[in-house]
Amino acid sequence: MQYDVLVVGAGVVGCATAMELGKYSLRAAVIEAGEDVCTGTSKANSAIVHAGFDARPGSLMARFNVEGSHAMPKLCERLQVPFRRCGALVLCFDEADRPGLEELLLRGVKNGVHGLRIVERGELHELEPNVSPEAVAALYAPTSGIVCPFELTCAMAENAARNGVEFFFDARVERIAREGELWTLETARGSFEAPVVVNAAGLHSAELNNMVSEKKLTVTPRKGEYMLLDKKVGHMLSRTVFQLPTKMGKGVLVTPTVHGNLLMGPTAVDVQDPEATNTTAAGLESVMQKARKSVPTLPGNRTITSFAGLRAHVEREEHDFIIGEAEGAPGFLNAVGIESPGLSAAPAIGAFLAESAAYLVSAPVNKKYDSTRPEVYRPNEMTVEERAAFVAEHPLYGSIICRCEQVTEGEIVDAIHRVPGARSLDGVKRRTRAGMGRCQAGFCSPRVLEILSRELGVPQEQLTKSGGASFPIVGKTRKDGENA
Amino acid sequence: MNTYDIVIIGAGPAGLAAAIAAKEAGVDDVLVIERDSVPGGILNQCIHNGFGLHTFREELTGPEYAARFLSRAGELGVAIRLSTMVLSLSNERVLTVTSRERGVEQLRARAVILAMGCRERPRGALNIPGYRPAGIYSAGTAQRLVNLEGFLPGREVVILGSGDIGLIMARRMTLEGAHVRCVAELLPYSGGLKRNIVQCLHDYGIPLLLSHTVVDIHGRERLEGVTLAEVGADRKPVPGSEKYIPCDTLLLSVGLLPENELSEGAEVMLDRVTGGPAVNESLETNVPGIFACGNVLHVHDLVDYVSEEAARAGKAAARFVRGGTPKSTRVVKLTGRDGVRYTVPQTVRPAAMGESVVVRFRVANPYYGKYLSCYVDGKRISHRKKPIMAPGEMESFTLTREALGESAQEVVFCVEEE
Repeated sequence: MQYDVLVVGAGVVGCATAMELGKYSLRAAVIEAGEDVCTGTSKANSAIVHAGFDARPGSLMARFNVEGSHAMPKLCERLQVPFRRCGALVLCFDEADRPGLEELLLRGVKNGVHGLRIVERGELHELEPNVSPEAVAALYAPTSGIVCPFELTCAMAENAARNGVEFFFDARVERIAREGELWTLETARGSFEAPVVVNAAGLHSAELNNMVSEKKLTVTPRKGEYMLLDKKVGHMLSRTVFQLPTKMGKGVLVTPTVHGNLLMGPTAVDVQDPEATNTTAAGLESVMQKARKSVPTLPGNRTITSFAGLRAHVEREEHDFIIGEAEGAPGFLNAVGIESPGLSAAPAIGAFLAESAAYLVSAPVNKKYDSTRPEVYRPNEMTVEERAAFVAEHPLYGSIICRCEQVTEGEIVDAIHRVPGARSLDGVKRRTRAGMGRCQAGFCSPRVLEILSRELGVPQEQLTKSGGASFPIVGKTRKDGENA
Repeated sequence: MNTYDIVIIGAGPAGLAAAIAAKEAGVDDVLVIERDSVPGGILNQCIHNGFGLHTFREELTGPEYAARFLSRAGELGVAIRLSTMVLSLSNERVLTVTSRERGVEQLRARAVILAMGCRERPRGALNIPGYRPAGIYSAGTAQRLVNLEGFLPGREVVILGSGDIGLIMARRMTLEGAHVRCVAELLPYSGGLKRNIVQCLHDYGIPLLLSHTVVDIHGRERLEGVTLAEVGADRKPVPGSEKYIPCDTLLLSVGLLPENELSEGAEVMLDRVTGGPAVNESLETNVPGIFACGNVLHVHDLVDYVSEEAARAGKAAARFVRGGTPKSTRVVKLTGRDGVRYTVPQTVRPAAMGESVVVRFRVANPYYGKYLSCYVDGKRISHRKKPIMAPGEMESFTLTREALGESAQEVVFCVEEE
């Protein structure tokens, strides 16, 4: 199959690029190894839209973070993605560390971040009464935000698809060859050809680069473990709370999520295996211990789940994203080492890569570009009157499937029939939150399997939790007709 | 807005028994709201026998036990609205409900009986490290898949937690052809009923590993195995005791939590130990006209006691609706101490308690040959030797009004050496 542009990876960067490619008249496709969008780094991170004060001035990280953070509110509004500019505080626990705080402030100003200021103990505890009394001051960044990374990625993919970008899942790239002006990508689902390739393969982006370029890169998976607390304690913080950063990253943060939970993490441990998304006893203990340094009263018994994500870390002298044409590989555009602030930067990285790709294939602007996606209905966010009127017209939205998050059958059916749609339990979960609540899918997973089976016309035994061989059901208890 | 005399949330054993009692007490306008498409609650998936020994003097399966109550409810003309979810409840007893059939509407009730039951503690609440593959289920979810949907969740099974559902599922999975490798229990004793340990594990040769827990979960897509470790007296894993057990299924039976999100929305105060509302002798919460019974009030061991307790709530709600509740007079506080973890009810009003009230509670540890004592204002009024008391089995005490006299302030239950 021949395209003008191929994007490898349907994470937040790949989907942002795909969405931006939709603004041009060209044939584009996204090729993804997983079974769905948002199955790698994009699904397991802090879900923060950073203000942009951390990155080194002049770096790509600084540029794309600040651009992305500026773009995020409008983008999220346009695509109906939950986003909140909640603000952030970087805590300083020792007067001796105050220069660090001031350095961050200065860096932020250089990076073009608005509204930064240092707040002293008194104001800090007025802003966040649950923050540790040991914090002596903090950098306050009012433009820092929180977003739903699943919905952001899904929504950008959906917008891309609406503008003609095709998606291929379960299509891991195995080999790349160059014939004439074309790159040929051999995948588990056949071969794809295009003059321009965008490498947004996250943890596997270095492997892809190394297939085409003499300048070899190494991506080190850097594990981050997280714990998610029940919405019942979501009121404990209204802003994201960081600690002064270290060499290994921004440290353990505690933050509200857009859906009202509290999230704490991540650890930062380098591992070998790019699929090692397992949590560890030591990691979870360290998350709790460090988070309690910021917020001493965090209740451990309100944990509803824990998880680990892997950042695509590239170790080099000047810590930065690697974005642009791979050395000696014309038309092969890299987005390598997209670790924090990757989520915040993704919309800007996507715009940059799509513009570069469109330029390379001389694609004109798509005059029919549609900047939206079909309306998403969330009965839970409506007033009783709105909800009653809406359900009267759409009865499936009257039936609750996930009790904890109050997700309706209508929302699940809708998520399955969108493009790209949910095909697995986790696909439904990421799009609708069914199974993300305090019972962790105990009650709703059998019902969601039933709905997936009915809507997709696939027997329940063939459905998966998250693609591959992740079958929740291994068979029938008795074969048909047996024991009748 | 439609107004009902009594709205009962949940048509499981508690809701049904409460509805029957309310009707029998002469209140006709009773509505039961049930989120599932069939009434009966969790009994529907409990296809094993052992229900009703106390109530009916015979051994019934869960569905049979439910059917007895359903048929009585049918005779009395109890209205049950199925496939309907209560979205919220206010302290003014206004309910917002939603269903596919009737859409979203608001109802007002003169009295509400909470009978929503409980949910299972999930893996996430335990912080078990490892991967998150398919094949990890709470025991009740697996029970639903097997018994109601006819699907097998896996073939090589490890069960963590020896709560009753876990024990029952060990037997069920075995009968369905799966191989249950073991049941691991963090505590040095099982939280399940003795008869379930015998009938579900011993009879099938399934090992029960006490003081063991799962410390790692392996497999990226489908579960491939778990690492078990022994735990010490501090309940922390003992280094070096880890062993890998290959399996494709992990069932969790690690505790039940009363499901009180609706109650909290109505400003009902909860007991920190039970996780259910704090109630008086009429099973009425701190919010006037809101009553609670069954597993939403406190997790029970036997359904017979749920039915008994729920009938009390139904009767009390009926009395409330008819305006027959005495104005709150003297309140006596009930407390558990020294081995008695809690009491339900938490308070009694002698003027409203009738001749006596049954107080139920659980003990904190297994006790052999110890005494169960009851003190009224520091004076011991009862001292009974019990051959065995275990956390998995509820204890009860019939507290009489006579014992409270004219001036009692506090009743304390405790376990004593002699």
